[in-house]
Amino acid sequence: MTTRSEFLAGLDLPAHCILSEESELRPYECDGLSAYRRLPWLVLIPDTVDQVQAILACCHRLKVPVVARGAGTGLSGGALPLGNGVLLSLARFTEILEIDTGNRLARVQPGVRNLAISEAVAGRGLYYAPDPSSQIACSIGGNVAENAGGVHCLKYGLTVHNIAALKIVSMDGELLTIGGHALDSAGYDLLALLTGSEGMLGVIVEVSVRLLPLPDYAQVLLAAFDSAETAGNAVAAIISAGILPAGLEMMDTLAIRAAEDFVHAGYPTDVAAILLCELDGTRAEVKAQLDKVCTLLTAAGAGEVRVARDEQERQKFWAGRKASFPAVGRLSPDYYCMDGTIPRKHLGKVLSTISDWSTEYGLPVANVFHAGDGNLHPLILYDANKPGELERTEAFGNRILELCISVGGTITGEHGVGMEKINQMCVQFSEAELRQFHAVKKAFDPDGLLNPGKAIPTLARCAEFGRMHVHHGELPFPDLERF
Amino acid sequence: MPEGDQTDALCEQVTAAAATRTPLCIRGSGSKTFYGRPVEGEILDTRAHCGVLEYEPSELVIRARTGTALAEVENLLDQQHQMLPFEPPHFSSNSTLGGAVATGLSGPRRPFSGAARDAVLGVGLINGKGESLNFGGQVIKNVAGYDLSRLMAGALGTLGLLTDVSLKVLPKPEAEYTLKQVCTQREALLRFSEWMAKPMPLSAACWYEDHLYLRLSGTEAGIRHAQHQLGNTMLEQAASWWTELRDHEHPFFQREEYLWRLSVPPATPPLAIAGDWLVDWAGGQRWLYSNESVETIRQLTASVGGHATLFRTTIRSEDIFHPLSPLLLKLQQRLKQAFDPEGILNPGRLYQDL
Repeated sequence: MTTRSEFLAGLDLPAHCILSEESELRPYECDGLSAYRRLPWLVLIPDTVDQVQAILACCHRLKVPVVARGAGTGLSGGALPLGNGVLLSLARFTEILEIDTGNRLARVQPGVRNLAISEAVAGRGLYYAPDPSSQIACSIGGNVAENAGGVHCLKYGLTVHNIAALKIVSMDGELLTIGGHALDSAGYDLLALLTGSEGMLGVIVEVSVRLLPLPDYAQVLLAAFDSAETAGNAVAAIISAGILPAGLEMMDTLAIRAAEDFVHAGYPTDVAAILLCELDGTRAEVKAQLDKVCTLLTAAGAGEVRVARDEQERQKFWAGRKASFPAVGRLSPDYYCMDGTIPRKHLGKVLSTISDWSTEYGLPVANVFHAGDGNLHPLILYDANKPGELERTEAFGNRILELCISVGGTITGEHGVGMEKINQMCVQFSEAELRQFHAVKKAFDPDGLLNPGKAIPTLARCAEFGRMHVHHGELPFPDLERF
Repeated sequence: MPEGDQTDALCEQVTAAAATRTPLCIRGSGSKTFYGRPVEGEILDTRAHCGVLEYEPSELVIRARTGTALAEVENLLDQQHQMLPFEPPHFSSNSTLGGAVATGLSGPRRPFSGAARDAVLGVGLINGKGESLNFGGQVIKNVAGYDLSRLMAGALGTLGLLTDVSLKVLPKPEAEYTLKQVCTQREALLRFSEWMAKPMPLSAACWYEDHLYLRLSGTEAGIRHAQHQLGNTMLEQAASWWTELRDHEHPFFQREEYLWRLSVPPATPPLAIAGDWLVDWAGGQRWLYSNESVETIRQLTASVGGHATLFRTTIRSEDIFHPLSPLLLKLQQRLKQAFDPEGILNPGRLYQDL
C-alpha cells in the first residue's frame, strides 16, 4: 500500500490542509455516533474545489479509499474514517454563493450550516424547510448525503424535495453538475439518486437549495393523552380529516419529564404522551384549522388540549421538543438513538412492544418522534462503562429495527444506514436488490473507493449475519407469534 | 397468485428477451407513446397487471400495480377527498398509473405540491435481467439504500419495468377558485415571482394570450383572504380549464406543429424566440410553437439554465430530449448498464444510447 508521504508527494496541497499527527487525527475518529471510532490514516481539509478534484484524482490513481465528512453530526457512522484511507473534510466550504430571490434558490457550499441558510434569507421573507434537530450544527452537504429530515417533513418534504442542483466531484476527479435551477432536468433523475447516497457515489461540493416563503402565521397545540396508543390514533384522526400539520410530534412520559426538567417547557408531566401539532399558513387558514384540530383531538381522547397563548409559549413548547435528546442524555451516562419508520397505523402496537422489551432488557427507553411521519426515535438509555450493556443495547436496538421492517416500515427514516444499520440492510433487502445497489455503485465508482463498507452490505456480510429477508412485512411462517 | 398479478409472467417475458437480446417496447394504454424517441421491439403490455394493493387514507399512501388505470386510482382517492399531488396528465381516458410515473410528467400543481418523482415513495420493478425487486416503501421517510424508486420517475422504462408504485397522496383542498387577469407575459412572470415569494395558497399559475390564470386552493377563509389581496375577477368553469391545460385539450395544443416544452428557472424573463407561447408552472414550464431551428431553441434555453424537449413532433429521428454533456451521458449509460445489461428495456426511448 501507498505510504502517507508517497501519497502526499503526489498532491500539491498546502500544509494547512493536511493533518497527519495522531493528536490532530483524533478529533476525526468518529461522527455523531461515537460508539464507533477509528483513527483516520490522513485528514485532508481542502480550501477549493480544484483541490477536492486533485485529491480524488490522486486517490483514484493510487487506489486509496476516501470518506467525505461535513460537520460530523451524523448519527449512523456514515463518516466513520478508514485506517487506510483519506478523511476528506469539507469544513472550509462555508460560503453562501448566491441568493436568487426571484427563483427562490440559494446556491451554497456544502459546509454551510443548515440553519445558516434560513438565517441568511429570512430578511427576504424566505426559509429552507428541512430542519433536522441538529440544524444549528449540521451542514447542508451532509444533509444531502443523508437526505436529512426534521419536524417539517410531513408538509414540506425531505431534503430530496427541497434541493434543485448539486455539483459533485466523481471518484476520478471530474466535476459534474446534477440537476439545475429549472424545475426538472434532462435524462435520469440523478439528483434523487445522489440525495441520501451517503457519500458512496460522489463528493458534494455545491448545493442549490429551494427556499419557501415564511408562513404568515404558525400556531402550536399541545395535547395530553393517558396512553401512547390513544395519541397514535389522534394522529390518524387529524390526517384523515384532511389536515396536514407543519409538524406533528409525540413524546412519552420519560421524554416529557426529561425535557421539562431541562428547559421547563410547560409540559404536563403526569401523562403517558403528549402531541405537539403545529399549523402554519395564512392567519385565516390557521385559525380555521385550529378549531378543527382542537375538536378532533378532544374527540380522539385527549385529556387536555392547550393552544400556545402567544409566540413565546409556542417557542417554549418547541424548545422542549428540540432539547429532548440532550434532556434525555442527562438521565443516563449514554443513550442510543434509533431511527425506524413505520406505517402510522402500527404506532400503538410498536410502542407497546418496545416498552415490553425495555423491561425484558432492563434498559429504559424514551420516545421522542415525528408521529406524523411514523418516524420513531426510541432512545435507549445505557451505561457504556457497565460490561455488556452496550452489546445488550445494540441487540435491543436491532430488534426494534427488525420490528419496523416486519410491520412494513424501514430501518432508517432520516439518519441513514452508515455503519450502524448495515446488518439490518440484509433483512430489509433481498440478495438481488443488494446486487442492484452494488451495480449502481459500480456505475459511479468502479473501484469501490468512496466510503467503502458503508450503507450497502456485501452479500458475504449478509451470509455471515445470517438473518432472513422480510418481504413487504411478510415473514416466513407468518402464523408464528412474534410480538 | 392474486388476480391481476402478472409479475411472474412479466419476469419470464423479460428474462426470455434478455436471453435473446430482444428489445422490449413497454406499453400501457399507449396514451403517451408519442413522448420520447420511437422504440422498435416486442410490445410488452402492462395492462393485465392491475389492481390497487394498499390504500388507507390516514396513511396518505396508495400502492397499486402499474397497469391500473390512472382514472381508477384517482376516483378511489376522490372518494376519500384525497388526490395525487402532482396532478398527472392523462392524455387519454384509459392511461395507466405506470405510464404516469415512467414518463414523470406533472400537471399545473407541480410547482406547489411537487412533481411525480416527489410523490414516489417506493416501486416494485423488474430489471433487465428479469429480477423482481422492491425499492423504497410505503412510508414517507425512508433512507435505507440508494433511492432507486424516485430514479424511475421519468426514466421512461429504460431502467426497469415498473410493476407497482407507492405514491404519497394529499388531502384535497377544501375549496378552489381561479382568478383571471389581463397582462403581458413579461408582467405575468414578474407577478408570479412576486406572489411565489409570499405565503399565499396558490396551486397553479399560467399565462396565455394576454391573460394570467391563478388557482387558489385551501380553506374558504384562506382563499377569501388571498382573493381580497389580489383583487381579481373569478373565472367560471375553472376546474375544466385546468384539466384541459393538464391534458393538452386546451385550444393552444390543437396544432399540427412541433410542440416544444421548455423547462427554465421560473423567473426567467420572456425568451427571445419568435413563436406562440403558453406559460405554466408559474414560469417554470413554457410551451412553444416556433419556426426557429432546433439548435437555436436549444441554445437559447440552455443559456438561461434550462432544457428544451421536442414534446410532440412528427420527425422522431431527432434528439427529442435536450442533449446531455459527454460526462453526464457516459454516467447515465453506465447506470443503464447497471439495470439493463443487455439493453432490452425500451432502448433508445430517452436517448439513442440509453
